[in-house]
Amino acid sequence: MAKYWNEEIETMDYESMKKLQSERLVRQVRHVYDNVPYYKNLMDERGVTPDDIKGIEDLHKLPFISKADLRDNYPDGLLAVPKSECVRIHATSGTTGKRAIAFYTAKDIDIWDDCVARAITAAGGTKEDVVHIAYGYGLFTGGLGLHGGSHKVGCLTLPVSSGNTERQIQFMQDLGSTILCCTPSYAAYIGETVAEMGLSPDDLTLKAGIFGAEPWTEEMRRSIEKSLGIKAYDIYGLTETSGPGVAFECECQTGMHINEDNFIAEIIDPDTGEVLPEGSKGELVFTSITKEAFPLLRYRTRDICILTREKCKCGRTLVKMTKPMGRSDDMLIIKGVNVFPSQIETVLLRDFGATPNYQIVVDRVGTTDTFEIKIELSDNMFDDTIRSIEALEKKLSADIVQILGIRAKISLVEPKSIPRSEGKAVRVIDKRKLV
Amino acid sequence: MTVKQLSVFAQNKPGRISALTKLLAENGVNIRAISVADTKDFGILRLIVSDIDKAKAALKDNAVVQSSKVLAVIAEDTPGGLASIMEALYAANVSVEYMYSAFLNPSENNACLILRVDNNDNAVSALKEAGFRLLSQEDMAKI
Repeated sequence: MAKYWNEEIETMDYESMKKLQSERLVRQVRHVYDNVPYYKNLMDERGVTPDDIKGIEDLHKLPFISKADLRDNYPDGLLAVPKSECVRIHATSGTTGKRAIAFYTAKDIDIWDDCVARAITAAGGTKEDVVHIAYGYGLFTGGLGLHGGSHKVGCLTLPVSSGNTERQIQFMQDLGSTILCCTPSYAAYIGETVAEMGLSPDDLTLKAGIFGAEPWTEEMRRSIEKSLGIKAYDIYGLTETSGPGVAFECECQTGMHINEDNFIAEIIDPDTGEVLPEGSKGELVFTSITKEAFPLLRYRTRDICILTREKCKCGRTLVKMTKPMGRSDDMLIIKGVNVFPSQIETVLLRDFGATPNYQIVVDRVGTTDTFEIKIELSDNMFDDTIRSIEALEKKLSADIVQILGIRAKISLVEPKSIPRSEGKAVRVIDKRKLV
Repeated sequence: MTVKQLSVFAQNKPGRISALTKLLAENGVNIRAISVADTKDFGILRLIVSDIDKAKAALKDNAVVQSSKVLAVIAEDTPGGLASIMEALYAANVSVEYMYSAFLNPSENNACLILRVDNNDNAVSALKEAGFRLLSQEDMAKI
C-alpha cells in the first residue's frame, strides 16, 4: 500500500520546497498583476511591482486580501483568466451578503483533486477502496472536492450526498463502503443511527473517515471512531483557495499537513498584520501559487492556529497546522455553515426597520449544533395577540433560513433581558467546547 | 363605547407576574380585570385598570406594553346571560377573538365581561340595540 500519493512533494526537504514555492510565487504574482486590475491597483498603491518579488522572502511585501475584497469584486472581479477557460465554480456557504464565488480551470480542478488524493491516501485509501461521500454536493466544495480526489485515487466513489441516513447505512452495507467522507457532526449522527438500527461497527466495512468543514473536538473524534469502528482524519480547506484538501491529517493525528507546493501558509498577528515566527499562534494566511482562475495572494482566512515544522513520524515534511482554535473575526460555524452576526442584523433591520437587541446562542447537544436567536421585543413589535407574535417568530425564522441556509430557533424575549457588559449587549454566546 | 386594555408581553419565568403586579400596586393602580394567555415560551397578560396612564408609565421601563380597545359589557348573572350577548353579536356578524371576566360587579345580579371583537363599532351598536349596558373608561375607576 502506497503511503504517499506524491512522495516527492510530500517528503521534499524544506530547502527544495522553498525553491519550488519561490518559483511559483514569482510566476503567480506576475500572472495576477497582469490579469487582475484590482490586484494591480492594490500593489501599485503599495508601491510593489512584480519585479520586487524574487522569492518567498519577499512575500511580506504583498498586500493582504480579505473576504471584503472578494465581496467587493463579486461575482468575477478577481478572475484572472477568460471565463471561457473556466470549467466550474463553487461558492462559500450559505450567505447572501457574503457569498464568495471561486472559479476553476481544468488544471485548477486537477490540482485540487491531487491535493484531496493525498488526503485520501494518508487516510489509507487506495484504488481498492469504496469511498462513501456524504458531504453535500453543489456549490459547497465538500461533496465534489472529495469526489474528485476519490476518482483520482481510483476508488469506487459513492456520491451519496447528505441526508436519508438509514439509506446511507444500507448502502454502506450493500456496497461495502470503506472510507466515509462527511462533516464530523454528520459522521457522529450516522454513528448514532447505526446503533439505533441495532447494528454494531462490525456490521460495517468502514475503516476510515475524512471529516471537515466544521470545528470538532478530540472527544468527538474518539466517539466517532468508536461508534463506526474507524480511524477519523481531519481535513481543512476553504472555498476561496479551492476547497477541502488545502491541508490534511496523516495517521499521527497531530495536526494537518498543508499542501505547501500549492499554498504558502503564513501566520500573522491579526491586529498588526506582522508575520509571526513558526510556533506562534495567529491568523492563518494563504497564498495560492498554482491556481490559474482565482488566485489569491495573502488571503486572510481569519482562522487562528499554529504552524509547526517539527518532524512528523509519518515522514511527510509538509508544514503542519493545528486545528483552527478560533476566529479573528466574529464568524461562527454552525452546522457547517458560516454565520456572521451582521447577517442576522440585516434580517432584523429589514423586518423591523431597526435593530433590536439580540443574542445568538450556540450550543451542541450530543453531536448536533443548536442555534437560537433571542430578540428583545419592543412595543412596536407587539400587538396584543399570541397569533401575531407567533407569526412574527415564523417570519423571522423563514427570513433567517433564507439568508443563512440553516434554521434558528427564534425566541422573543422581554426588553433588558439580554445581559449587557459595560452597556454593550453580548451578541454571541458559544457554549460549544470545541478547542 | 369601549375601554382601554393593556397587554403586557411576559416571558415564562418564575416571578414575572409577581413583579408586574407589584409595580402596579406601588403606583396605586387597581386591577379591574385580568387574564393570562400562555404559550410554551411566553404569555400575554391582559389588564383593565383603574388608571391606564399611570399603569402604562409604571410598566413602560420594564415591559413591552401595548394598549387596545375592548368592550366591557354587563351580563345578567342568570342562565343564558352570556348566550344572549353572543347571539346579538353573531346576528351582527361580529367575531369574538377572546373574552374574560372582570372583578367588578355593578350589582349583585350582574357580571362584567371583557370582550375583544373584530369590529368594535358594529359590536357596540349591536349590543346597544339589543339593550345591553356597556361600561366606559370612567366606570373602570368608579365602579
